[in-house]
Amino acid sequence: MFIIGELINGMYNNIGKAIAKRDKPAIQKCALSQIKAGADALDVNCGPASKDPALDIQWLIETIQEVTDKAICIDSSKPKVIESGIKITRNPVIINSTTADSDKLGILVPLAKQYKAKLIGLTISTKGIPQNKDQRLELAAQIVAYCAEREFPVEDLYLDPVAMPVNVAQAQQKDILESIREFKIISDPSPKTIIGLSNVSQGALIRGLINRVFLIMALGAGLDAAILDPLDSELVDTAITSDLILNKHIYCDKFLDAYRKK
Amino acid sequence: MAAQLIQEKWQGEISTITIGATKAEGGSRAHNIKIGGEKSLPCLFKEGAIPNKPKIAFEVWDIAPVEWPEELSREYGKALTDPFLWAEKCAKEYGASSICVRLQGAHPDFGDKAPEEEAVFIKELLGKIDLPFILLGSGDDAKDNLLLPACSEEARGERCLIGSATQENYKAIAVSALADGHSLIAESPIDVNIAKQLNILISDMGLPLEKIVIDPTIGALGYGLEYAYSIMERARLAALSGDKTVASPFICFVGQEAWRAKEAKAGDSRQGIMWEILTATALLQAGADLLVMRHPLAIEKVNKYIDKIFDNR
Repeated sequence: MFIIGELINGMYNNIGKAIAKRDKPAIQKCALSQIKAGADALDVNCGPASKDPALDIQWLIETIQEVTDKAICIDSSKPKVIESGIKITRNPVIINSTTADSDKLGILVPLAKQYKAKLIGLTISTKGIPQNKDQRLELAAQIVAYCAEREFPVEDLYLDPVAMPVNVAQAQQKDILESIREFKIISDPSPKTIIGLSNVSQGALIRGLINRVFLIMALGAGLDAAILDPLDSELVDTAITSDLILNKHIYCDKFLDAYRKK
Repeated sequence: MAAQLIQEKWQGEISTITIGATKAEGGSRAHNIKIGGEKSLPCLFKEGAIPNKPKIAFEVWDIAPVEWPEELSREYGKALTDPFLWAEKCAKEYGASSICVRLQGAHPDFGDKAPEEEAVFIKELLGKIDLPFILLGSGDDAKDNLLLPACSEEARGERCLIGSATQENYKAIAVSALADGHSLIAESPIDVNIAKQLNILISDMGLPLEKIVIDPTIGALGYGLEYAYSIMERARLAALSGDKTVASPFICFVGQEAWRAKEAKAGDSRQGIMWEILTATALLQAGADLLVMRHPLAIEKVNKYIDKIFDNR
């Protein structure tokens, strides 16, 4: 599984402060600890308190690029912020994210193509978050069709069915999992699938267990990538073991170490 | 419309291992050889770079070999009783590019030579023959734990490939390889899970994965060749998909296995040579990077085969 570490987000107190004070070591330490724990890419989000996100995102990316060449996942709902970040990114880059709305697709798909970036597509639209599997599939198909028309490689598209908290939308969980499986058959080559995992346990008491079980079920449904907390070592161990059961890597007695070494 | 070939895109790469250090590199070899470095499956030159041709090492023993079939021993004649003469014949007469010396005489059942004695032998051999060397122990774990460190130290700076480490016995030899600047053969019993595990155990000792060559253990034609083939293929597919823990070149002891086959010993019909050639060429297709072989004619033919494949790419 492709793991995107979620911890560099201004929404978290320590990161918000580090951005405000331009504290490079704090950001770099957070980046390296996530990579050491198994992250393949790092999500970067200035957070809601940033007064100048277009500038802050550049500082964050530059700071991270000083210590790693892992992929950067530029996370903002504002295309202008993404554009500002992607211009100065030398590492492989993932855009997080577009929705199914044509005004966003119209900016972000050409941008992803221009910078050879991967693109996360949320199956939501101005009408809001879909309430069932069919609505998710319809939005997914719109995004795939738009990418295919503009010759953006569909295998570089990561479709996100949008995880919902289990204590709010219990009835939707099964639909979300089934959507992952069905996204894969929308086109050939298949789009990739991704989930923002922490959402599923938002507001719940026993978060770690819920995250782990949801991740196993999603991987079983064919999930390719997740944005998650890589410092939760039980969660990452769970993902590695799921991949093992799915024959995605060769077993050996030290398979957990082996995964982190690769 | 012309049919379009579907080509895989690989993200992984096999490690490149250099055997032998020249004077400029701190050793005393006339040249070095490089193995590995593939970014594609064997012979699929269009899917990724295959920078190094597979290499063949001549197998030489420190004692006169026991039970070598007549077809094989006739070729070397009396040189078999003198390892210096034997190695020189390989180098001068047959144009060997590297030598694999097996210290069989240190085995408790084959003379039980002392580690110090073998270390002196290695020093002398390295002095007389300036080719890259592969150094093999006797196959007895307890003895090799004394023997290989002594020989490794004597060969310090010559960047040899030494072996073999196994899952039950890898620590002493890994430490020696690390201390003396050699690469290491990691031997697993036709088992990809153990091959991977052993690579991790060795790298945990501090020897980088990029200094390990996998001996997957092979069977000759008719004796499990296809099983070895499938193990090598599985490891190679994982490596090219990005798993660095199995991204090591393969060494295959072709001569040893081929000449054990009863078909190889059947009269003087040159069947043994054919057996060795066919075992070797099949393993090249499985991804073998370094073959250790015995009969000079078999080696000549397989080298021609390698040249033909690479020259027509």
